[in-house]
Amino acid sequence: MIFIQQMINGLQIGSIYAVIALGYTMVYGIIKLINFAHGEVMMMGAYFAFLAASAGMPVWAVFLISMVGSALLGMAIERVAYKPLREAPRISALITAIGMSLFLQNLALVIFKADPKVMPRIIPTTPINIGSIQISNITIITFTVSVVFMILLTFFISKTKPGKAMRAVSEDKEAATLMGINANSTITLTFAIGSALAALGGILYALAYTQVAPTLGVLPGLKAFVAAVLGGIGIIPGAMIGGFILGFVETFAKAYISGRWADAIVFGILILVLSVKPTGILGKNVREKV
Amino acid sequence: MLQVQNIDVYYGKIHAIKNISFEVKKGEIVTLIGANGAGKTTILKTLSKVLKPANGSIILKGNDIKGIQPHDMIKMGMAHAPEGRRIFSQMTVLENLEMGAFIRKDSKDEQQKDMETVFRRFPRLKERKNQIAGTLSGGEQQMLAIGRALMSKPEILLMDEPSMGLAPILVDEIFNIIEDINKAGTTILLVEQNANRALQIANRAYVLETGKIVTSGDAKELMNKEEIRKAYLGG
Repeated sequence: MIFIQQMINGLQIGSIYAVIALGYTMVYGIIKLINFAHGEVMMMGAYFAFLAASAGMPVWAVFLISMVGSALLGMAIERVAYKPLREAPRISALITAIGMSLFLQNLALVIFKADPKVMPRIIPTTPINIGSIQISNITIITFTVSVVFMILLTFFISKTKPGKAMRAVSEDKEAATLMGINANSTITLTFAIGSALAALGGILYALAYTQVAPTLGVLPGLKAFVAAVLGGIGIIPGAMIGGFILGFVETFAKAYISGRWADAIVFGILILVLSVKPTGILGKNVREKV
Repeated sequence: MLQVQNIDVYYGKIHAIKNISFEVKKGEIVTLIGANGAGKTTILKTLSKVLKPANGSIILKGNDIKGIQPHDMIKMGMAHAPEGRRIFSQMTVLENLEMGAFIRKDSKDEQQKDMETVFRRFPRLKERKNQIAGTLSGGEQQMLAIGRALMSKPEILLMDEPSMGLAPILVDEIFNIIEDINKAGTTILLVEQNANRALQIANRAYVLETGKIVTSGDAKELMNKEEIRKAYLGG
């Protein structure tokens, strides 16, 4: 019974990691940048949700405001911090991303202060009992909403024109430009979608843990990054798989090994993946065809 | 169709293209020939705005393309089948062709019709339309690159080394296709190392040496010139 209970907990946190990991992987796919500010976009998304919820907005409006607000924030970050470095060495953009992450954390500290805010219960928590297993409705909502957005994203990427353009730019920016695809606006769109998904993760996280703080994005952001690497960075289904695996590993480590060791085990996975199969679960070995 | 006037192109400090002028008239096949590193690809990239000329002007259908964004060149009727094919290898054959038609705003039916035309020209692509493009053979990939470029219905098509790395029998096929495309009304600017074959199908040719045009003229006449035969056609 405990096993199934933990399984369900793993699904909840795993789906949050998965939606955040998607943003990491999409941005990496298109501009080969690990956007370390991604966790902070998630945190800002949680604050946007907090503000909207505190103003008494309905649930759908809280999600909408947070996701749209974060999409705009993500686009602004790209425009201000990364676009000027498009032709610069990759390490410059990476350092800028770390700088942007610290900037956003401190900005939140100035605006919202250090003490955590209590997230209003926009969805009343009701436990659901199935036999001897108890599931919170929040768990079910988190899982369902995440999966719906993952399906929407998969449809968008594989079937729509802008989605296909995104794949084309990811693969070969110059060839895509020759086809008439505006690479810059495609990159902007990628940031918008990735950031909206980060906000979704932020709201679900805030609902689960009922608190919002400036450091909220740090650990989930890092874990989502591990999830993206585990699944194969740049590969969209990989981020989803990686997110769920990470959720399970973390929950089971907490339940069966030790709560203190859980994070160490999770980050140990990163080391293991990098040393055994650096391209991740779905990653192929890069082979240059001459 | 296309007039290039006194362009210079630099790669950093390297002066890759030196004061080059040439023109392509409507309906022609014009070829740029020359050894590796002569600047052929650089010229095509400059025409597509991937590279910027330091000076000089490029006039396409009477308009200076100076202020045009690279991704808008295809809207002006110029398509570019780049060197090394550059197909989207993770996407299907069909998706690659759709990307070629990316800028088109006409109906799906119209685009479908042109896709059928591409499939008639390249029946092997039709057989493999749902296959991931990276799994195609070299010749098929080249056909896909040409088909993709045709999907935008270009008035002028820039082709960069379409015969590169292909088996001799496929080289013949590709050159026949280029002639066909031209006969169907598309002007062609062809860059080739296979000077012999390029001159056979071209109306006119320009010979490049280290960034400069050294000779130009009627393709058939150039083929018979002693120094051209020696330098580019193997004696």
